[in-house]
Amino acid sequence: MTTAQIPEQAIEFFYLIATALFVLSLKWLSAPATARRGVWAGEIGMVLAIGATLLHRGIVDYTWIAIALVVGAIIGIPLGLVHMTAVPQRTALSHAFGALCVSLVGTAEFYQRTPHVPRFMMAVLSMEVILGSLTFTGSLMAAGKLQEVLPQRPITYKGQNIVNISLLAIAVAVAVYLVMHPGETRLFPLIIGIPLVFGVLMIVPIGGADMPTVISLLNSYAGLSAAAMGFVLDSKLLIIAGALDGSSGFVLSVIMSKAMNRSFTNVLFGAFGQVQPTAAGAIEARTVRTATAEEAAAILGAANSVVVVPGYGMAVAQAQHKVREFYDALTKRGVDVKFGIHPVAGRMPGHMNVLLAEADIPYDRLLDMDAINPELPQTDVALVIGANDVTNPAARSDKSSPIYGMPILDVDKARTVMVIKRSMSPGFAGIDNELYYLDKTLMLFGDAKTFVGDIVRQLAGEGLGSVAGV
Amino acid sequence: MTSDLITSLYVFMLAAFVGFEVIRRVSPLLHTPLMSLTNALDAIAVVGAILLVGEHKSNLSTVLGALAVAAATSNVVGGFLITDRMLKMFKSSKTKKP
Repeated sequence: MTTAQIPEQAIEFFYLIATALFVLSLKWLSAPATARRGVWAGEIGMVLAIGATLLHRGIVDYTWIAIALVVGAIIGIPLGLVHMTAVPQRTALSHAFGALCVSLVGTAEFYQRTPHVPRFMMAVLSMEVILGSLTFTGSLMAAGKLQEVLPQRPITYKGQNIVNISLLAIAVAVAVYLVMHPGETRLFPLIIGIPLVFGVLMIVPIGGADMPTVISLLNSYAGLSAAAMGFVLDSKLLIIAGALDGSSGFVLSVIMSKAMNRSFTNVLFGAFGQVQPTAAGAIEARTVRTATAEEAAAILGAANSVVVVPGYGMAVAQAQHKVREFYDALTKRGVDVKFGIHPVAGRMPGHMNVLLAEADIPYDRLLDMDAINPELPQTDVALVIGANDVTNPAARSDKSSPIYGMPILDVDKARTVMVIKRSMSPGFAGIDNELYYLDKTLMLFGDAKTFVGDIVRQLAGEGLGSVAGV
Repeated sequence: MTSDLITSLYVFMLAAFVGFEVIRRVSPLLHTPLMSLTNALDAIAVVGAILLVGEHKSNLSTVLGALAVAAATSNVVGGFLITDRMLKMFKSSKTKKP
Protein backbone atom coordinates (compact mmCIF):
# COMPACT_ATOMS: atom_id res chain seq x y z
CA MET A 1 0.00 0.00 0.00
CA THR A 2 2.63 2.50 1.07
CA THR A 3 4.52 2.25 -2.19
CA ALA A 4 1.55 3.67 -4.07
CA GLN A 5 1.81 7.08 -2.43
CA ILE A 6 1.68 9.97 -4.84
CA PRO A 7 2.51 13.64 -4.39
CA GLU A 8 -0.13 15.94 -2.94
CA GLN A 9 -0.33 17.95 -6.16
CA ALA A 10 -1.39 14.85 -8.05
CA ILE A 11 -4.21 14.29 -5.58
CA GLU A 12 -5.31 17.90 -5.96
CA PHE A 13 -5.29 17.41 -9.71
CA PHE A 14 -7.68 14.45 -9.39
CA TYR A 15 -9.89 16.60 -7.16
CA LEU A 16 -9.92 19.23 -9.87
CA ILE A 17 -11.12 16.74 -12.45
CA ALA A 18 -13.73 15.44 -10.01
CA THR A 19 -14.99 18.99 -9.46
CA ALA A 20 -15.38 19.56 -13.20
CA LEU A 21 -17.24 16.27 -13.52
CA PHE A 22 -19.61 17.24 -10.70
CA VAL A 23 -20.54 20.49 -12.41
CA LEU A 24 -21.02 18.69 -15.73
CA SER A 25 -23.07 16.07 -13.93
CA LEU A 26 -25.60 18.67 -12.79
CA LYS A 27 -25.55 20.40 -16.15
CA TRP A 28 -26.38 17.17 -17.97
CA LEU A 29 -29.16 16.45 -15.51
CA SER A 30 -31.12 19.43 -16.83
CA ALA A 31 -32.89 17.42 -19.56
CA PRO A 32 -34.09 13.80 -19.62
CA ALA A 33 -32.11 13.06 -22.81
CA THR A 34 -28.71 13.71 -21.20
CA ALA A 35 -29.59 13.03 -17.57
CA ARG A 36 -28.11 9.55 -17.31
CA ARG A 37 -24.82 10.80 -18.67
CA GLY A 38 -24.91 13.19 -15.71
CA VAL A 39 -25.06 10.28 -13.28
CA TRP A 40 -22.08 8.63 -14.94
CA ALA A 41 -20.07 11.84 -14.78
CA GLY A 42 -20.87 12.10 -11.08
CA GLU A 43 -19.89 8.50 -10.47
CA ILE A 44 -16.56 8.83 -12.29
CA GLY A 45 -15.80 12.03 -10.38
CA MET A 46 -16.63 10.32 -7.10
CA VAL A 47 -14.43 7.30 -7.83
CA LEU A 48 -11.52 9.54 -8.86
CA ALA A 49 -11.82 11.65 -5.73
CA ILE A 50 -12.11 8.71 -3.33
CA GLY A 51 -9.37 6.79 -5.12
CA ALA A 52 -6.98 9.73 -4.97
CA THR A 53 -7.76 10.30 -1.30
CA LEU A 54 -6.89 6.71 -0.46
CA LEU A 55 -3.39 7.36 -1.83
CA HIS A 56 -2.82 10.26 0.53
CA ARG A 57 0.47 9.87 2.39
CA GLY A 58 -1.06 10.92 5.68
CA ILE A 59 -3.01 7.66 5.85
CA VAL A 60 -1.28 5.21 8.12
CA ASP A 61 -3.96 2.56 8.55
CA TYR A 62 -6.53 1.27 6.09
CA THR A 63 -8.36 -1.25 8.26
CA TRP A 64 -11.10 1.00 9.57
CA ILE A 65 -11.45 2.82 6.28
CA ALA A 66 -12.11 -0.48 4.53
CA ILE A 67 -14.58 -1.65 7.17
CA ALA A 68 -16.46 1.65 7.11
CA LEU A 69 -16.61 1.71 3.31
CA VAL A 70 -18.02 -1.81 3.22
CA VAL A 71 -20.56 -1.11 5.97
CA GLY A 72 -21.63 2.08 4.17
CA ALA A 73 -22.07 0.20 0.91
CA ILE A 74 -24.11 -2.47 2.66
CA ILE A 75 -26.43 0.20 4.07
CA GLY A 76 -26.48 2.14 0.82
CA ILE A 77 -27.50 -0.62 -1.57
CA PRO A 78 -30.94 -1.29 -0.06
CA LEU A 79 -31.45 2.49 0.20
CA GLY A 80 -30.81 2.68 -3.52
CA LEU A 81 -33.29 -0.08 -4.26
CA VAL A 82 -36.35 1.19 -2.36
CA HIS A 83 -39.72 1.30 -4.05
CA MET A 84 -40.44 4.54 -5.91
CA THR A 85 -43.27 5.44 -3.54
CA ALA A 86 -40.71 5.45 -0.70
CA VAL A 87 -38.42 7.94 -2.42
CA PRO A 88 -39.40 10.96 -0.26
CA GLN A 89 -38.50 9.26 3.02
CA ARG A 90 -35.36 7.79 1.48
CA THR A 91 -34.31 11.25 0.42
CA ALA A 92 -34.93 12.64 3.90
CA LEU A 93 -32.93 9.78 5.37
CA SER A 94 -30.01 10.45 3.05
CA HIS A 95 -29.98 14.10 4.11
CA ALA A 96 -29.73 12.80 7.67
CA PHE A 97 -26.76 10.57 6.80
CA GLY A 98 -24.99 13.38 4.96
CA ALA A 99 -25.47 15.72 7.90
CA LEU A 100 -24.36 13.02 10.34
CA CYS A 101 -21.09 12.59 8.45
CA VAL A 102 -20.44 16.31 8.50
CA SER A 103 -21.21 16.73 12.22
CA LEU A 104 -19.03 13.78 13.20
CA VAL A 105 -16.08 15.04 11.21
CA GLY A 106 -16.57 18.52 12.65
CA THR A 107 -16.63 17.16 16.18
CA ALA A 108 -13.47 15.11 15.65
CA GLU A 109 -11.70 18.09 14.09
CA PHE A 110 -12.57 20.27 17.06
CA TYR A 111 -11.17 17.90 19.64
CA GLN A 112 -8.05 17.43 17.52
CA ARG A 113 -7.35 21.12 17.17
CA THR A 114 -8.50 22.64 20.43
CA PRO A 115 -7.32 24.87 22.05
CA HIS A 116 -5.44 26.32 19.06
CA VAL A 117 -8.28 27.06 16.71
CA PRO A 118 -8.13 30.32 14.76
CA ARG A 119 -11.28 32.41 15.06
CA PHE A 120 -12.50 32.05 11.55
CA MET A 121 -11.86 28.32 11.65
CA MET A 122 -13.86 28.02 14.86
CA ALA A 123 -16.70 30.04 13.33
CA VAL A 124 -17.07 27.79 10.28
CA LEU A 125 -16.54 24.72 12.43
CA SER A 126 -19.40 25.81 14.68
CA MET A 127 -21.56 26.47 11.64
CA GLU A 128 -20.70 23.04 10.29
CA VAL A 129 -21.63 21.31 13.54
CA ILE A 130 -24.77 23.36 14.23
CA LEU A 131 -26.17 22.99 10.71
CA GLY A 132 -25.14 19.35 10.54
CA SER A 133 -26.74 18.43 13.85
CA LEU A 134 -30.04 20.17 13.25
CA THR A 135 -30.24 18.74 9.75
CA PHE A 136 -29.55 15.29 11.13
CA THR A 137 -32.44 15.15 13.58
CA GLY A 138 -34.66 17.32 11.39
CA SER A 139 -34.25 14.94 8.48
CA LEU A 140 -34.80 11.90 10.66
CA MET A 141 -38.05 13.47 11.86
CA ALA A 142 -39.09 14.25 8.31
CA ALA A 143 -38.30 10.68 7.24
CA GLY A 144 -40.31 9.36 10.20
CA LYS A 145 -43.31 11.47 9.28
CA LEU A 146 -43.10 10.45 5.63
CA GLN A 147 -42.77 6.77 6.56
CA GLU A 148 -45.76 7.32 8.86
CA VAL A 149 -43.99 5.96 11.93
CA LEU A 150 -44.56 9.43 13.41
CA PRO A 151 -47.86 11.33 13.37
CA GLN A 152 -48.18 13.29 10.15
CA ARG A 153 -50.46 15.95 11.60
CA PRO A 154 -48.62 19.12 12.55
CA ILE A 155 -48.23 19.52 16.31
CA THR A 156 -48.34 23.15 17.37
CA TYR A 157 -48.39 24.87 20.71
CA LYS A 158 -48.35 28.43 21.95
CA GLY A 159 -44.99 30.14 21.80
CA GLN A 160 -43.53 27.43 19.62
CA ASN A 161 -41.59 29.81 17.42
CA ILE A 162 -40.23 31.66 20.45
CA VAL A 163 -39.00 28.40 21.98
CA ASN A 164 -37.40 27.32 18.72
CA ILE A 165 -35.75 30.61 17.91
CA SER A 166 -34.47 30.98 21.49
CA LEU A 167 -32.89 27.54 21.32
CA LEU A 168 -31.15 28.40 18.10
CA ALA A 169 -30.05 31.75 19.53
CA ILE A 170 -28.52 30.00 22.55
CA ALA A 171 -26.61 27.63 20.28
CA VAL A 172 -25.32 30.55 18.22
CA ALA A 173 -24.35 32.44 21.40
CA VAL A 174 -22.38 29.44 22.64
CA ALA A 175 -20.72 29.21 19.24
CA VAL A 176 -19.72 32.86 19.42
CA TYR A 177 -18.25 32.31 22.88
CA LEU A 178 -16.30 29.33 21.54
CA VAL A 179 -14.93 31.45 18.73
CA MET A 180 -13.52 33.77 21.38
CA HIS A 181 -12.35 30.96 23.67
CA PRO A 182 -11.73 27.84 21.61
CA GLY A 183 -10.19 26.09 24.60
CA GLU A 184 -13.54 25.75 26.38
CA THR A 185 -14.05 22.14 25.40
CA ARG A 186 -16.82 21.71 28.00
CA LEU A 187 -19.07 23.99 26.00
CA PHE A 188 -18.62 22.21 22.70
CA PRO A 189 -21.25 19.49 23.35
CA LEU A 190 -23.82 22.29 23.63
CA ILE A 191 -23.46 23.25 19.97
CA ILE A 192 -24.16 19.63 19.10
CA GLY A 193 -26.90 18.94 21.63
CA ILE A 194 -29.00 22.09 21.27
CA PRO A 195 -29.19 21.89 17.47
CA LEU A 196 -30.11 18.20 17.76
CA VAL A 197 -33.11 19.19 19.89
CA PHE A 198 -33.85 22.14 17.64
CA GLY A 199 -33.94 19.83 14.61
CA VAL A 200 -36.69 17.75 16.22
CA LEU A 201 -38.73 20.76 17.33
CA MET A 202 -38.36 22.40 13.93
CA ILE A 203 -40.14 19.51 12.20
CA VAL A 204 -42.81 18.91 14.87
CA PRO A 205 -45.17 21.59 13.46
CA ILE A 206 -44.72 20.45 9.85
CA GLY A 207 -47.56 18.70 8.10
CA GLY A 208 -47.39 16.43 5.09
CA ALA A 209 -48.32 19.09 2.54
CA ASP A 210 -45.34 21.21 3.59
CA MET A 211 -42.88 18.39 3.10
CA PRO A 212 -41.69 19.43 -0.38
CA THR A 213 -40.48 22.76 1.01
CA VAL A 214 -39.00 21.23 4.13
CA ILE A 215 -37.10 18.52 2.29
CA SER A 216 -35.65 21.12 -0.06
CA LEU A 217 -34.66 23.29 2.88
CA LEU A 218 -32.98 20.39 4.67
CA ASN A 219 -31.20 19.60 1.42
CA SER A 220 -29.87 23.13 1.38
CA TYR A 221 -28.73 22.94 5.01
CA ALA A 222 -26.96 19.64 4.35
CA GLY A 223 -25.10 21.25 1.45
CA LEU A 224 -24.13 24.34 3.42
CA SER A 225 -22.82 22.27 6.33
CA ALA A 226 -20.69 20.27 3.89
CA ALA A 227 -19.36 23.51 2.41
CA ALA A 228 -18.48 24.68 5.93
CA MET A 229 -16.61 21.43 6.40
CA GLY A 230 -14.72 22.24 3.22
CA PHE A 231 -13.58 25.53 4.80
CA VAL A 232 -12.43 23.72 7.92
CA LEU A 233 -10.45 21.11 5.97
CA ASP A 234 -9.37 23.63 3.33
CA SER A 235 -10.76 21.38 0.61
CA LYS A 236 -11.93 23.23 -2.50
CA LEU A 237 -13.61 20.08 -3.76
CA LEU A 238 -15.83 19.93 -0.69
CA ILE A 239 -16.56 23.64 -0.75
CA ILE A 240 -17.73 23.37 -4.34
CA ALA A 241 -19.75 20.18 -3.87
CA GLY A 242 -21.36 21.68 -0.76
CA ALA A 243 -22.10 24.95 -2.54
CA LEU A 244 -23.70 23.09 -5.45
CA ASP A 245 -25.86 21.00 -3.12
CA GLY A 246 -26.69 24.02 -1.00
CA SER A 247 -27.73 26.12 -3.95
CA SER A 248 -29.72 23.23 -5.40
CA GLY A 249 -31.69 22.89 -2.19
CA PHE A 250 -32.10 26.65 -2.04
CA VAL A 251 -33.41 26.92 -5.62
CA LEU A 252 -35.86 24.09 -4.96
CA SER A 253 -37.04 25.67 -1.69
CA VAL A 254 -37.68 28.93 -3.50
CA ILE A 255 -39.64 27.15 -6.23
CA MET A 256 -41.64 25.23 -3.63
CA SER A 257 -42.36 28.23 -1.44
CA LYS A 258 -43.45 30.26 -4.46
CA ALA A 259 -45.76 27.43 -5.47
CA MET A 260 -47.33 27.58 -2.02
CA ASN A 261 -47.32 31.37 -1.89
CA ARG A 262 -45.24 31.46 1.26
CA SER A 263 -42.58 34.06 1.75
CA PHE A 264 -39.09 32.75 2.08
CA THR A 265 -38.61 34.14 5.60
CA ASN A 266 -41.76 32.27 6.57
CA VAL A 267 -40.11 29.08 5.34
CA LEU A 268 -36.73 29.84 6.94
CA PHE A 269 -38.24 30.19 10.37
CA GLY A 270 -40.12 26.98 10.11
CA ALA A 271 -43.37 28.80 10.67
CA PHE A 272 -45.31 26.66 8.26
CA GLY A 273 -47.98 24.12 8.85
CA GLN A 274 -49.88 26.64 10.89
CA VAL A 275 -52.86 27.12 8.66
CA GLN A 276 -55.68 27.62 11.12
CA PRO A 277 -58.82 25.74 10.17
CA THR A 278 -60.79 29.00 10.13
CA ALA A 279 -63.06 27.78 7.36
CA ALA A 280 -64.45 25.17 9.74
CA GLY A 281 -68.04 26.41 9.81
CA ALA A 282 -68.42 25.70 6.12
CA ILE A 283 -69.07 21.99 6.57
CA GLU A 284 -72.74 22.09 5.75
CA ALA A 285 -74.89 19.94 3.56
CA ARG A 286 -74.08 21.46 0.19
CA THR A 287 -75.04 19.32 -2.69
CA VAL A 288 -72.55 17.87 -5.10
CA ARG A 289 -73.12 15.92 -8.27
CA THR A 290 -71.80 12.41 -8.25
CA ALA A 291 -71.22 9.90 -11.01
CA THR A 292 -70.48 6.20 -11.32
CA ALA A 293 -67.52 4.72 -13.13
CA GLU A 294 -69.80 3.85 -16.04
CA GLU A 295 -71.02 7.44 -16.45
CA ALA A 296 -67.53 8.81 -16.07
CA ALA A 297 -66.19 6.38 -18.68
CA ALA A 298 -68.89 7.43 -21.14
CA ILE A 299 -67.96 11.11 -20.83
CA LEU A 300 -64.22 10.44 -20.92
CA GLY A 301 -64.51 8.14 -23.93
CA ALA A 302 -66.38 10.83 -25.83
CA ALA A 303 -63.90 13.61 -25.02
CA ASN A 304 -61.21 14.97 -27.33
CA SER A 305 -58.85 16.10 -24.65
CA VAL A 306 -58.36 15.02 -21.05
CA VAL A 307 -56.00 16.48 -18.47
CA VAL A 308 -55.23 14.33 -15.44
CA VAL A 309 -54.22 16.17 -12.26
CA PRO A 310 -52.53 13.80 -9.83
CA GLY A 311 -51.81 14.53 -6.18
CA TYR A 312 -50.55 12.81 -3.09
CA GLY A 313 -53.76 10.74 -2.99
CA MET A 314 -52.62 8.96 -6.14
CA ALA A 315 -49.34 8.05 -4.46
CA VAL A 316 -51.09 6.82 -1.31
CA ALA A 317 -53.47 4.63 -3.30
CA GLN A 318 -50.55 3.44 -5.48
CA ALA A 319 -52.80 4.19 -8.43
CA GLN A 320 -50.10 5.16 -10.93
CA HIS A 321 -50.16 1.84 -12.80
CA LYS A 322 -53.95 1.96 -13.15
CA VAL A 323 -53.56 5.53 -14.35
CA ARG A 324 -51.21 4.22 -17.00
CA GLU A 325 -53.86 1.72 -18.18
CA PHE A 326 -56.33 4.59 -18.21
CA TYR A 327 -53.92 6.63 -20.32
CA ASP A 328 -53.49 3.72 -22.75
CA ALA A 329 -57.23 3.07 -23.06
CA LEU A 330 -58.01 6.70 -23.86
CA THR A 331 -55.00 7.21 -26.13
CA LYS A 332 -56.07 4.17 -28.13
CA ARG A 333 -59.38 5.89 -28.75
CA GLY A 334 -57.62 8.96 -30.04
CA VAL A 335 -58.21 11.06 -26.93
CA ASP A 336 -55.41 13.50 -26.19
CA VAL A 337 -54.35 12.79 -22.59
CA LYS A 338 -51.97 15.04 -20.70
CA PHE A 339 -50.96 15.36 -17.08
CA GLY A 340 -50.93 18.64 -15.19
CA ILE A 341 -48.40 18.59 -12.38
CA HIS A 342 -48.36 21.20 -9.63
CA PRO A 343 -44.87 21.91 -8.23
CA VAL A 344 -45.88 20.88 -4.71
CA ALA A 345 -48.04 17.89 -5.65
CA GLY A 346 -46.89 14.97 -3.53
CA ARG A 347 -44.34 14.94 -0.77
CA MET A 348 -41.16 16.16 -2.47
CA PRO A 349 -40.21 18.16 -5.57
CA GLY A 350 -40.91 16.14 -8.69
CA HIS A 351 -42.60 13.31 -6.77
CA MET A 352 -45.51 12.87 -9.22
CA ASN A 353 -43.23 12.85 -12.26
CA VAL A 354 -41.21 9.98 -10.87
CA LEU A 355 -44.30 7.93 -10.04
CA LEU A 356 -45.83 8.47 -13.48
CA ALA A 357 -42.53 7.76 -15.21
CA GLU A 358 -42.31 4.56 -13.18
CA ALA A 359 -45.68 3.59 -14.63
CA ASP A 360 -44.19 4.13 -18.11
CA ILE A 361 -46.11 7.25 -18.99
CA PRO A 362 -43.96 9.19 -21.50
CA TYR A 363 -42.46 12.27 -19.89
CA ASP A 364 -43.48 14.57 -22.73
CA ARG A 365 -47.09 14.05 -21.53
CA LEU A 366 -46.22 15.44 -18.09
CA LEU A 367 -46.66 19.21 -18.12
CA ASP A 368 -45.91 21.59 -15.31
CA MET A 369 -48.36 24.18 -14.06
CA ASP A 370 -47.33 27.05 -16.35
CA ALA A 371 -47.53 24.83 -19.42
CA ILE A 372 -50.88 23.20 -18.69
CA ASN A 373 -52.88 26.17 -17.37
CA PRO A 374 -53.31 27.89 -20.78
CA GLU A 375 -54.62 24.59 -22.18
CA LEU A 376 -57.21 23.89 -19.51
CA PRO A 377 -59.95 26.19 -20.88
CA GLN A 378 -59.89 24.17 -24.13
CA THR A 379 -59.88 20.86 -22.28
CA ASP A 380 -62.98 18.67 -22.31
CA VAL A 381 -62.38 16.83 -19.05
CA ALA A 382 -60.04 17.56 -16.17
CA LEU A 383 -59.70 14.49 -13.96
CA VAL A 384 -58.36 15.20 -10.46
CA ILE A 385 -56.92 12.16 -8.72
CA GLY A 386 -56.06 12.66 -5.08
CA ALA A 387 -55.19 16.35 -5.32
CA ASN A 388 -57.10 18.98 -3.39
CA ASP A 389 -55.69 22.35 -2.34
CA VAL A 390 -53.72 22.82 -5.58
CA THR A 391 -57.03 22.85 -7.48
CA ASN A 392 -59.02 25.08 -5.13
CA PRO A 393 -60.32 28.15 -7.01
CA ALA A 394 -60.57 29.97 -3.67
CA ALA A 395 -56.83 30.52 -4.00
CA ARG A 396 -57.59 32.86 -6.90
CA SER A 397 -60.70 34.63 -5.65
CA ASP A 398 -61.33 34.32 -1.91
CA LYS A 399 -59.16 36.77 0.00
CA SER A 400 -60.14 35.25 3.34
CA SER A 401 -58.95 31.80 2.36
CA PRO A 402 -55.70 30.66 3.98
CA ILE A 403 -54.43 29.57 0.59
CA TYR A 404 -55.34 32.83 -1.15
CA GLY A 405 -52.66 33.80 -3.65
CA MET A 406 -51.25 30.31 -4.06
CA PRO A 407 -50.84 29.49 -7.75
CA ILE A 408 -53.20 26.66 -8.68
CA LEU A 409 -54.03 24.44 -11.60
CA ASP A 410 -57.08 26.02 -13.24
CA VAL A 411 -59.05 22.79 -13.52
CA ASP A 412 -62.30 24.68 -12.93
CA LYS A 413 -61.88 26.22 -16.38
CA ALA A 414 -62.14 22.85 -18.12
CA ARG A 415 -65.53 22.00 -19.65
CA THR A 416 -66.12 19.13 -17.23
CA VAL A 417 -64.31 18.41 -14.01
CA MET A 418 -64.12 15.00 -12.36
CA VAL A 419 -62.71 14.50 -8.91
CA ILE A 420 -61.81 11.10 -7.53
CA LYS A 421 -61.90 11.34 -3.76
CA ARG A 422 -62.53 8.97 -0.92
CA SER A 423 -65.03 11.20 0.87
CA MET A 424 -66.06 14.82 1.22
CA SER A 425 -63.67 15.39 4.11
CA PRO A 426 -61.62 18.53 3.51
CA GLY A 427 -58.00 18.35 2.46
CA PHE A 428 -54.88 18.62 4.51
CA ALA A 429 -55.23 22.31 5.21
CA GLY A 430 -58.81 21.82 6.40
CA ILE A 431 -60.16 24.10 3.71
CA ASP A 432 -63.33 23.39 1.83
CA ASN A 433 -62.80 23.22 -1.94
CA GLU A 434 -65.26 25.30 -3.99
CA LEU A 435 -64.42 23.20 -7.00
CA TYR A 436 -66.54 20.31 -5.72
CA TYR A 437 -69.77 22.34 -5.76
CA LEU A 438 -69.56 23.62 -9.30
CA ASP A 439 -72.27 22.53 -11.73
CA LYS A 440 -69.71 21.12 -14.10
CA THR A 441 -68.04 19.04 -11.43
CA LEU A 442 -68.72 15.35 -10.97
CA MET A 443 -67.53 13.73 -7.77
CA LEU A 444 -66.34 10.16 -8.14
CA PHE A 445 -66.29 8.72 -4.63
CA GLY A 446 -63.99 5.79 -3.99
CA ASP A 447 -60.43 4.60 -3.73
CA ALA A 448 -58.34 6.10 -6.53
CA LYS A 449 -56.85 2.80 -7.67
CA THR A 450 -60.18 0.93 -7.68
CA PHE A 451 -62.08 3.74 -9.32
CA VAL A 452 -59.59 4.30 -12.12
CA GLY A 453 -59.55 0.53 -12.64
CA ASP A 454 -63.36 0.53 -12.96
CA ILE A 455 -63.22 3.35 -15.52
CA VAL A 456 -60.62 1.42 -17.53
CA ARG A 457 -62.85 -1.67 -17.51
CA GLN A 458 -65.83 0.37 -18.66
CA LEU A 459 -63.78 1.98 -21.42
CA ALA A 460 -62.69 -1.44 -22.62
CA GLY A 461 -66.17 -2.94 -22.34
CA GLU A 462 -68.29 -0.34 -24.11
CA GLY A 463 -65.96 0.13 -27.05
CA LEU A 464 -68.84 -0.50 -29.50
CA GLY A 465 -71.25 1.95 -27.98
CA SER A 466 -69.28 5.11 -28.62
CA VAL A 467 -68.23 4.80 -32.24
CA ALA A 468 -70.03 8.03 -32.96
CA GLY A 469 -67.89 9.91 -30.48
CA VAL A 470 -68.19 13.70 -30.32
CA MET B 1 -3.97 31.69 6.25
CA THR B 2 -5.91 34.80 5.36
CA SER B 3 -5.20 34.54 1.65
CA ASP B 4 -6.24 30.87 1.75
CA LEU B 5 -9.42 31.91 3.45
CA ILE B 6 -10.15 34.59 0.89
CA THR B 7 -9.49 32.14 -1.93
CA SER B 8 -11.89 29.69 -0.32
CA LEU B 9 -14.56 32.35 -0.04
CA TYR B 10 -14.13 33.19 -3.72
CA VAL B 11 -14.43 29.51 -4.58
CA PHE B 12 -17.57 29.18 -2.51
CA MET B 13 -19.18 32.25 -4.03
CA LEU B 14 -18.42 31.26 -7.61
CA ALA B 15 -19.57 27.69 -7.03
CA ALA B 16 -22.83 28.96 -5.55
CA PHE B 17 -23.42 31.13 -8.65
CA VAL B 18 -22.66 28.20 -10.95
CA GLY B 19 -25.00 26.09 -8.84
CA PHE B 20 -27.87 28.58 -9.16
CA GLU B 21 -27.46 28.92 -12.91
CA VAL B 22 -27.18 25.19 -13.55
CA ILE B 23 -29.95 24.12 -11.18
CA ARG B 24 -32.37 26.77 -12.44
CA ARG B 25 -32.24 25.09 -15.84
CA VAL B 26 -33.16 21.64 -14.55
CA SER B 27 -36.59 20.65 -15.79
CA PRO B 28 -39.22 20.33 -13.02
CA LEU B 29 -39.71 16.81 -14.37
CA LEU B 30 -36.37 15.85 -12.88
CA HIS B 31 -36.51 17.58 -9.50
CA THR B 32 -36.58 14.31 -7.58
CA PRO B 33 -33.55 12.80 -9.36
CA LEU B 34 -31.84 16.18 -8.99
CA MET B 35 -32.20 15.97 -5.25
CA SER B 36 -30.90 12.41 -5.04
CA LEU B 37 -27.98 13.21 -7.33
CA THR B 38 -26.89 16.33 -5.45
CA ASN B 39 -27.16 14.23 -2.33
CA ALA B 40 -24.78 11.66 -3.73
CA LEU B 41 -22.35 14.37 -4.88
CA ASP B 42 -22.55 16.06 -1.49
CA ALA B 43 -21.40 12.78 0.06
CA ILE B 44 -17.94 13.67 -1.28
CA ALA B 45 -17.56 14.67 2.37
CA VAL B 46 -16.45 11.06 2.66
CA VAL B 47 -13.04 12.28 1.49
CA GLY B 48 -12.55 14.31 4.65
CA ALA B 49 -13.80 11.45 6.78
CA ILE B 50 -11.41 8.96 5.14
CA LEU B 51 -8.42 11.14 5.98
CA LEU B 52 -9.63 11.49 9.54
CA VAL B 53 -9.79 7.72 9.97
CA GLY B 54 -6.56 6.99 8.11
CA GLU B 55 -4.42 9.55 9.91
CA HIS B 56 -5.41 7.87 13.19
CA LYS B 57 -4.49 10.81 15.40
CA SER B 58 -6.68 9.67 18.30
CA ASN B 59 -9.16 6.91 19.03
CA LEU B 60 -11.97 9.43 19.15
CA SER B 61 -11.23 10.76 15.68
CA THR B 62 -10.92 7.25 14.28
CA VAL B 63 -14.26 6.13 15.71
CA LEU B 64 -16.13 9.29 14.67
CA GLY B 65 -14.43 9.24 11.29
CA ALA B 66 -15.33 5.61 10.64
CA LEU B 67 -18.99 6.31 11.42
CA ALA B 68 -18.80 9.32 9.11
CA VAL B 69 -17.26 7.27 6.31
CA ALA B 70 -20.03 4.68 6.63
CA ALA B 71 -22.77 7.32 6.62
CA ALA B 72 -21.37 9.14 3.60
CA THR B 73 -20.65 5.95 1.67
CA SER B 74 -24.25 4.85 2.08
CA ASN B 75 -25.24 8.13 0.41
CA VAL B 76 -22.75 7.69 -2.42
CA VAL B 77 -23.89 4.15 -3.18
CA GLY B 78 -27.60 4.64 -2.54
CA GLY B 79 -27.75 8.07 -4.14
CA PHE B 80 -26.21 7.13 -7.48
CA LEU B 81 -28.12 3.85 -7.57
CA ILE B 82 -31.56 5.37 -7.10
CA THR B 83 -30.87 8.34 -9.36
CA ASP B 84 -29.96 6.01 -12.19
CA ARG B 85 -33.00 3.82 -11.52
CA MET B 86 -35.28 6.85 -11.66
CA LEU B 87 -33.74 8.29 -14.81
CA LYS B 88 -34.02 4.94 -16.58
CA MET B 89 -37.79 5.19 -16.18
CA PHE B 90 -38.15 8.52 -17.97
CA LYS B 91 -39.06 7.68 -21.55
CA SER B 92 -40.28 9.90 -24.34
CA SER B 93 -43.33 8.88 -26.36
CA LYS B 94 -41.29 9.33 -29.55
CA THR B 95 -38.64 6.78 -28.70
CA LYS B 96 -40.79 4.37 -26.78
CA LYS B 97 -42.52 2.19 -29.34
CA PRO B 98 -40.12 0.32 -31.63
